[in-house]
Amino acid sequence: MAFTLYSLLQAAPLCVNAIALLHEERFLKKIGWGTDQGIGGFGEEPGIKSQLMNLIRSVRTVMRVPLIIVNSIAIVLLLLFG
Amino acid sequence: MFGIPVTCKPTGSKHRARAAPDPPPLFDDTSGGYSSQPGGYPAPGADVAFNVNHLLGDPMANMAMAYGSSIASHGKDMMNKELHRFVSVNKLKYFFAVDTAYVAKKLGLLVFPYTHQNWEVQYSRDVPLPPRQDLNAPDLYIPTMAFITYVLLAGMALGIQKRFSPEVLGLCASTALVWVVMEVLALLLGIYLATVRSDLSTFHLLAYSGYKYVGMILSVLTGLLFGSDGYYVALAWTSSALMYFIVRSLRTAVLGPDSIGGPVPQIAARTVLALGLQGARSARLGPGDAMRCDPRGWTRIRPRPLAQGRLRQPGLEASPEAPLEQEAPEDDPTGIVRGLLPCGDTSPSQGSGPSSLGQRPLPNRQAEPQSPPPGEADPGKTLPLRS
Repeated sequence: MAFTLYSLLQAAPLCVNAIALLHEERFLKKIGWGTDQGIGGFGEEPGIKSQLMNLIRSVRTVMRVPLIIVNSIAIVLLLLFG
Repeated sequence: MFGIPVTCKPTGSKHRARAAPDPPPLFDDTSGGYSSQPGGYPAPGADVAFNVNHLLGDPMANMAMAYGSSIASHGKDMMNKELHRFVSVNKLKYFFAVDTAYVAKKLGLLVFPYTHQNWEVQYSRDVPLPPRQDLNAPDLYIPTMAFITYVLLAGMALGIQKRFSPEVLGLCASTALVWVVMEVLALLLGIYLATVRSDLSTFHLLAYSGYKYVGMILSVLTGLLFGSDGYYVALAWTSSALMYFIVRSLRTAVLGPDSIGGPVPQIAARTVLALGLQGARSARLGPGDAMRCDPRGWTRIRPRPLAQGRLRQPGLEASPEAPLEQEAPEDDPTGIVRGLLPCGDTSPSQGSGPSSLGQRPLPNRQAEPQSPPPGEADPGKTLPLRS
């Protein structure tokens, strides 16, 4: 496979968009991945599932504004240059 | 990265490096006539400007040149400051403090690690010794040089097969770079998900990921000299050597110096396994064709508890939902055993523990995910191994 750095640049917003799309109420709670369902107490090891849910929630919170900017730039560029 | 509150930051080693008194200098001071500070650079520049001015004899040009050099030095300082915010240059310097003897011994160790006895990184007053004084310390010189050599060698191999063009070099270099970046991201993701507390910084991961290029260079060279059989033989040898090297090197780093403070070996072993499986993946950038070593040939590595029963976390009772399997670990000199956690071990595994009742145990997660794209890792399914 011939990757270029540009393909990495393309893949990164796509993946982050994919994580940011997962809606908390409509989807994550339905499959049991809501962040209020996973906290199982104050054990030493949080467990992979709760770490993953925390990761999804953090990405959604932190990357909301940068994603808006990056997506707008991508839309404008793709409209202009195809 | 994404600003994720990473709970597995190194335990203040970065802060310690700033607050502690100056460690012994990494590099010898070779400033025999040059100023050793970065602020000394503009002075020769200004001197040059004045000397040239005598040649030009034009006061306006003199002023313009002095102004330009002062602007340049100001810009350089600002860029240094910005760079220091992202990349700690001191930490980076640690990884390049190597000498010839270290490089030679490390290359030998990468090819034949089976007779090396002591794998621990040595410290001097909480600061790890630089690679010049400690053979076990990771460095970034060998990975960088091996990466560049590999790209050049791939170009040469393609040229021998009459498939070379100058764009191929750039393509190979950027492909390899993308793979390195993806691997380091996957490792960081794995470390975060498994909450492995270790002193491994991103540069350590970069260093250990880059060691595989040495094996790849040897495989490609052997393939060029001895044909495709030589290639596969060298590939098998270097893959197993690299796997042994990484497992032995990182066992002490990941599991911690003491058994009580270290993370759960079951989780820590996954990280070690992730890095060790890179030894089996090192052939994917073969010149032109996608040769990949099949990792399904490797057996699953199960954890070995450091000391049975010593991992009892203070305050935690022996949970009734302790790890389900009960089997005594075999005795294995390399620490890689095919047993499971014994019944008496009270270290909380993924799903057990008196507090997390909602989680189910994950017995089939030992099949290591191979660089899952960030955000798509699903712990419920066994990730398919790519061929």
